[in-house]
Amino acid sequence: MKILTLVRQVPDAEARIKIQGQAVDLDGTTVVIDGMDEYGVEEALRLREAGADVEEIVALAVGPKRNEDALRTALAMGVDRAIHVETDEKYDAVALSRIVAQVAQAEGASLVLVGGQEADWDSQALGAASAERLGWPQLTWTNELKVEGDTLTGRHDVDDGNESFRATLPAVVTTQQGLNDPRYPTLPNIMKAKKKELRKDDPATYGVTPTVKVVGAEIQTRARRNTMIDGKDPQAAAQHLLELLRNEAKVIA
Amino acid sequence: MILIVAEHAGGKLAKSTLEMVTAARGSGREGPVTLLVLGQGVTGVAKEAAAVADQVLVADLPALAIYNAEVWAAAATQIAREGEAHTVLIGGSRSGREYAPRVAVKLDAPYLEDVIGLSAQGDALRAQRYTFLARVTESVEASGPMIVVTVKPGAFAPAAPAAQPGEEYDVDLDLPAPRVEVTGRSVEKSSRVALAEADVIVTGGRGVGSPENFATYVEGLADAIGAGVGATRAVVDAGWRPYAEQVGQTGKTVQPQAYIALGVSGAVQHLSGMGKSRNIVAINKDAEAPIFKVADYGIVGDVNQIVPALIEAAKK
Ligand SMILES: Cc1cc2nc3c(=O)[nH]c(=O)nc-3n(C[C@H](O)[C@H](O)[C@H](O)COP(=O)(O)OP(=O)(O)OC[C@H]3O[C@@H](n4cnc5c(N)ncnc54)[C@H](O)[C@@H]3O)c2cc1C
Repeated sequence: MKILTLVRQVPDAEARIKIQGQAVDLDGTTVVIDGMDEYGVEEALRLREAGADVEEIVALAVGPKRNEDALRTALAMGVDRAIHVETDEKYDAVALSRIVAQVAQAEGASLVLVGGQEADWDSQALGAASAERLGWPQLTWTNELKVEGDTLTGRHDVDDGNESFRATLPAVVTTQQGLNDPRYPTLPNIMKAKKKELRKDDPATYGVTPTVKVVGAEIQTRARRNTMIDGKDPQAAAQHLLELLRNEAKVIA
Repeated sequence: MILIVAEHAGGKLAKSTLEMVTAARGSGREGPVTLLVLGQGVTGVAKEAAAVADQVLVADLPALAIYNAEVWAAAATQIAREGEAHTVLIGGSRSGREYAPRVAVKLDAPYLEDVIGLSAQGDALRAQRYTFLARVTESVEASGPMIVVTVKPGAFAPAAPAAQPGEEYDVDLDLPAPRVEVTGRSVEKSSRVALAEADVIVTGGRGVGSPENFATYVEGLADAIGAGVGATRAVVDAGWRPYAEQVGQTGKTVQPQAYIALGVSGAVQHLSGMGKSRNIVAINKDAEAPIFKVADYGIVGDVNQIVPALIEAAKK
């Protein structure tokens, strides 16, 4: 089996976000590999280490030049090679899934791993949209995964709890926190990764245009009261808080 | 027409469905608002749906007894095509956001995800949505003969019943066999008010110390003031609480009148799920904890001391 694992480069969760014109501007912002995707990279490596018949693990990134760093991280973690469709165009998930599906097909992948929710655009759609384009089933919000032959078993979160599942490859799996603990690339592996293939693809070859246009962006700020109560005397503090909740905020009876 | 795939659970129409009706009616898109009810044994749900919609399409089939992304996507797509829907609204629940992208791809339609505002702009549809862990509100726009939208729960007011109930029609569907086999299910039920419906939520973080303390302090306070119970990811990962109670980026998004955070640090991933609450109350022993930056009321103190006093005072 060949595994295709997607990686994106996103602002660090704690980084300050600024707006320039009508859009979020990431110039000068610390960017990191999307944590949700890192679980996918790690899972691909673990499947191979656990003895699944993994022929090759390929990492794919679609996006601006800075995504190279995410691909280098994936290579240093242990994936075999990387493909970068370098573009400054902002593709929504439905458009992006066209590229993912084309690459998966060209590479002969039978398992595609995608982060469950993008840390920047907050979309959860890429896994499902890619699965539909490929005509494959999907497992989302996976927190346990096993591959034996071409049988996929595991557990994933659903609306009101979680489910154990069984499916047959090919399939798309979306990953999340709890699935594993991603490894840190070691120095020798970082050095080795420099020699691994990082192919650059021209976005034009995929013939994809975005279907959703961003027309405005606004930072969310909301003035908060920030009334601080001294906690040294617990009884008095509790009493004071209750009074404020009853009489000022009027949220409890 | 505007097609809405109804969300329901336990034989009752979900509040999110009523919210979608409001989103549809206020969107400025033309045509009757049609609710599609998928499931088995859904006569009661269909009745409730008829009270708010112009018409209701009911697919009451054994093949729809259990939710499956591919089956739901096929069902919604067929009805959207046959009914020549120009707008398809699907709930922004975990399952809704799981199958809606498949519908969009099948219909070759653009997809507006998890929207909190919706308005027609000529032929286009404009939507607002939160991005960057809910720190940014973006406006996005799409156009095309069909557009698929998921609607964030809690973002719109629930629709009130119409004067005249809509007609109900039975529909038949040609459905694929599910390819994912469910081999086990664990449903997490809470006896308290569901998080999405709660006016007040008491949430515990790792700072409450132990599962026993969680029961004493978090559940104790929730019971004293009639609130729902939430938890941070750290607490859920530690196995103290069920996932159903998790609030945040990878848990539930909530917007109650008051959100009371006990021993919660206020990590960005947690804030993204509760930062829109009307009033935020934080009790944390660390004055530097990020939760205080978004708090309306804060007490710097130990939950072991403050919360018992609060419960006692609330009971008076
Ligand atoms: C991709 C991703 C997704 C995530 N999704 C979520 C999510 O959906 N929801 C979520 O919550 N988190 C999520 N997280 C995790 C998040 O980053 C934090 O790790 C988590 O929210 C921390 O939980 P906590 O505040 O309970 O614990 P901690 O960070 O350990 O904080 C405990 C707090 O309790 C205080 N405290 C300790 N003892 C006491 C005491 N006796 N009295 C009063 N205060 C005390 C401490 O000062 C501290 O502020 C996610 C992380 C990632 C990477």
